[in-house]
Amino acid sequence: MSDNHADHGHDDHGHHHEMTFLEKYVIPLDHKYIAKQYLLTGMFMALIGGFFSYAFRMQLAWPGSDIPMFGHMSPAEYNAAITTHGTVMIFWVAMPVLIAAFGNFLIPLMVGADDMAFPRLNRLSYQVFFVSVVLIIASIFVPGGAFGGAWTAYPPLSAEPTYNLTPTGSTLWILAVAVEFAAFLIGGINFIVTAMNARAPGMKWDRVPMVVWMICIASILFMLSVGPLIAGAVMLFFDQVLNTGFYDPTRGGDPILWQHLFWFFGHPEVYVVLLPATGMVAEVITVFSRKKLFGYQLVLFTSIGTGVLSFFVWAHHQFVAGIDPRMANIFTVTTVLISIPIAEMLFLYIATLYKGSITFSTPMLWALGFIFAFLIGGVTGIPLGASGSDIYLHDSYFVLAHFHFTFFPIAFMGTFCGLSFWYPKMFGKMMNDTLGKIHFWLTFLSFHGIFIPLFVLGLAGQHRRIFDFTNYPDLATPDLQSVRIFATCSLLVLLASQSIFLYNFFYNMFFGKDAPANPWNSSTLEWTVPSPPPHGNFGNKFPEVYRGPYEYSVPDRELDYWPQSEPS
Amino acid sequence: MAEQAHAHGDHGDHTSHYVKIWGALLVLFLISVIGPIFEIPALTLITAFGVACVKAFLVMKYFMHLDAELKLVWYILAGSLVLMFVFFFGTAADVRNHEGSRWVNVAAQAEVARGMAAGDGHHGEHGGGHEEGGHATEEGHGAEGEHGGTHEAPNGGH
Amino acid sequence: MASKVIANTRTAAGLTTGKLAIWWLLGSEIVIFGGLLGSYIMHRLGHPEWANYAVHTNVWAGGLNTFILLTSSLFAVLAHQAAEHGDGPKAAKLLFATFCGGLGFLCVKTFEWSNEIAHGYTITANTFWSFYYTAAGIHGLHVIIGMSIMLFIAYNANKGKDLHRVELVGLYWHFVDIVWIFLFPLLYIAK
Repeated sequence: MSDNHADHGHDDHGHHHEMTFLEKYVIPLDHKYIAKQYLLTGMFMALIGGFFSYAFRMQLAWPGSDIPMFGHMSPAEYNAAITTHGTVMIFWVAMPVLIAAFGNFLIPLMVGADDMAFPRLNRLSYQVFFVSVVLIIASIFVPGGAFGGAWTAYPPLSAEPTYNLTPTGSTLWILAVAVEFAAFLIGGINFIVTAMNARAPGMKWDRVPMVVWMICIASILFMLSVGPLIAGAVMLFFDQVLNTGFYDPTRGGDPILWQHLFWFFGHPEVYVVLLPATGMVAEVITVFSRKKLFGYQLVLFTSIGTGVLSFFVWAHHQFVAGIDPRMANIFTVTTVLISIPIAEMLFLYIATLYKGSITFSTPMLWALGFIFAFLIGGVTGIPLGASGSDIYLHDSYFVLAHFHFTFFPIAFMGTFCGLSFWYPKMFGKMMNDTLGKIHFWLTFLSFHGIFIPLFVLGLAGQHRRIFDFTNYPDLATPDLQSVRIFATCSLLVLLASQSIFLYNFFYNMFFGKDAPANPWNSSTLEWTVPSPPPHGNFGNKFPEVYRGPYEYSVPDRELDYWPQSEPS
Repeated sequence: MAEQAHAHGDHGDHTSHYVKIWGALLVLFLISVIGPIFEIPALTLITAFGVACVKAFLVMKYFMHLDAELKLVWYILAGSLVLMFVFFFGTAADVRNHEGSRWVNVAAQAEVARGMAAGDGHHGEHGGGHEEGGHATEEGHGAEGEHGGTHEAPNGGH
Repeated sequence: MASKVIANTRTAAGLTTGKLAIWWLLGSEIVIFGGLLGSYIMHRLGHPEWANYAVHTNVWAGGLNTFILLTSSLFAVLAHQAAEHGDGPKAAKLLFATFCGGLGFLCVKTFEWSNEIAHGYTITANTFWSFYYTAAGIHGLHVIIGMSIMLFIAYNANKGKDLHRVELVGLYWHFVDIVWIFLFPLLYIAK
């Protein structure tokens, strides 16, 4: 906001002097370095989340055995493991990578600005986020262990230390989540304002690349949905620490209130992480099918429609929680309605592919894999959105497999799609395409190997939160156990194959082939600057925009792409 | 390119205008304090909340200059407010009511009965010993049978 | 001036970047307070016995605070006017008057709360009082944050710097005022 920084001694950075290591990598102001901080933090947290999934899947496949690198697992540790896995993967992997990392990196470059609108606020957002990372990791190691009441933290289990037996862990958990919300509120307002106000001359609303739109809409959804949960988190914190009774019906409160507060945020949150991923997929499929995005405005309207509708569906998570059946009818209708815009968006992507000249490069494979897997995730959501069938399926492995079929494509396939596409721009090096394809196929196949069996288990009646099935004769049959073992083995393949990605990512960062400015012949603005872009992105000559972002294969042109900033 | 849309962009002195608005706000404030004296519930409702809305309107229009802002700003604020009504009506059906179609919140009804019987005073207070008093009966529609046992936390979610 | 980014100076949406950000911030504040007050209202409607607890709130303290906040809002808008006229020192003085209003608000609050706690109406007394302290506490936190920022901006405005920020902090302060306008009847008037 400042015109003059001389009066802020603590952050008086001249942008043009030689920056020290500390200024460049630890407390950078440059949006590209903040993006990398978010990205690497998110990748680190993904390893933690992945480790916990390994631990509890091993327990489910071979109950009671000693798990390598973990040891014997107690029921409390199992609950803590699933809770930490869910919380970390959504709040500390999907959010920082998809919104914060890609938003930071892409928005200023794609709208033709030199940085975010508020660079210091941007840095503050990462620093606050880092505090939340420290808090959530600390919660794993405190006496009593990490919070084990599921990532949804329903009271009274989350509110009463006498029930959850993790007084410190659950308080640290709610604090970490609240601090993380604050970080993304700060960051989100910055994204929205940058995308709205800092656009280059000529960058009209229908010339903004789809991924910028999507990240902007996602930030708005986050900002408007998280407020009630912030208030709810304060109330839960008071219930834990001060022994108030906000969620205790015997003292005038109501536990159902938390579920409403949580899911009023929690459902839009699905679309908060989904939209950036679909935006990146849109960029990739247009570039690698050398075609204009089919129905730019329609894609935009479907994503806005999805965003608006996502505020009207939250109670479909609570059909069995004791909500009034008459309300359940309304929420069934809205839930089924929301599948219309999101399905239409995917159809438009498929229409973009039609008669394109498709290259199956690594980013394209991830984009197509995303569409395939996410369609399965969406279709299996319909029986869960209808209250009648949900009462049977609720809290079973069917639910679990359904939302992993949405979140895995979003958080991992979408991320790998975007990362393999923009890696040259981020680091100035090329990734190895062959290794990328091997990584894709191993991940894609093993992912289905994990979760398709879980649909089967869910339909067989397997409940989500059971530590050991040997006490349930119906579920402990050798047939079902072999399905569990198959899913766990697939997970091991999935986790092991990530080492290919990590090698590809880190090795090429230092020793890879230098990337040209525009390796994919793409038309958007970020490819007009060198890889990696210099500080200030566009030097002294800021781009002017003359056309939409997806002018591929235009007839009568020598090049099959047409940079947005090239005068006609 | 952005024409700063200020109604008061003419840089005249509007001090007396602002003081008048402040005076109007104080009058409204007095009305809201006096209202409950007549002990007519409907009147109290109007003088308390109707007047609060008018006060908020005056502050937004004349102090925040919202009428001179872009339409966009109006959409941002109105959108946020509308969502809160959505939240309220979606949630109040379960939280405000203590019984509904085939469910009854036994614990909350007991708490209302106890509070009404105790009358005023701190006597609505709770000691620490209340915890055993029936967590299990929250949202007691489990009596219907087929839903039995479904409301043990954590219910998890999709 | 070296560190000024171009992105901050552009106005593609039609209003200055600082103002756009403050409006979005207020949008996010509306949903925070909306969620909290909405939860309170639905509980209040479902619990007629809370009227018996609410009679113990101090209308005079709440009323005095309403008066203080309304008056400080007047100072904030006058400070904005002074800043528009380019009169930094005057804007700083008026902002300082607003700051003092916030200080007075907090003093009344301290007196009020210590009196109530002494009578046994603590945050754990029952859920009405839990909501009372939580809602007023989160509002009070906003008052404190607004006051700190205001002091900082007044210091600069006195030197004639960053006068556009006077309006921004004023907008925030008016919002805090509006929240109190609704808290006052919700917590004090409705018995």
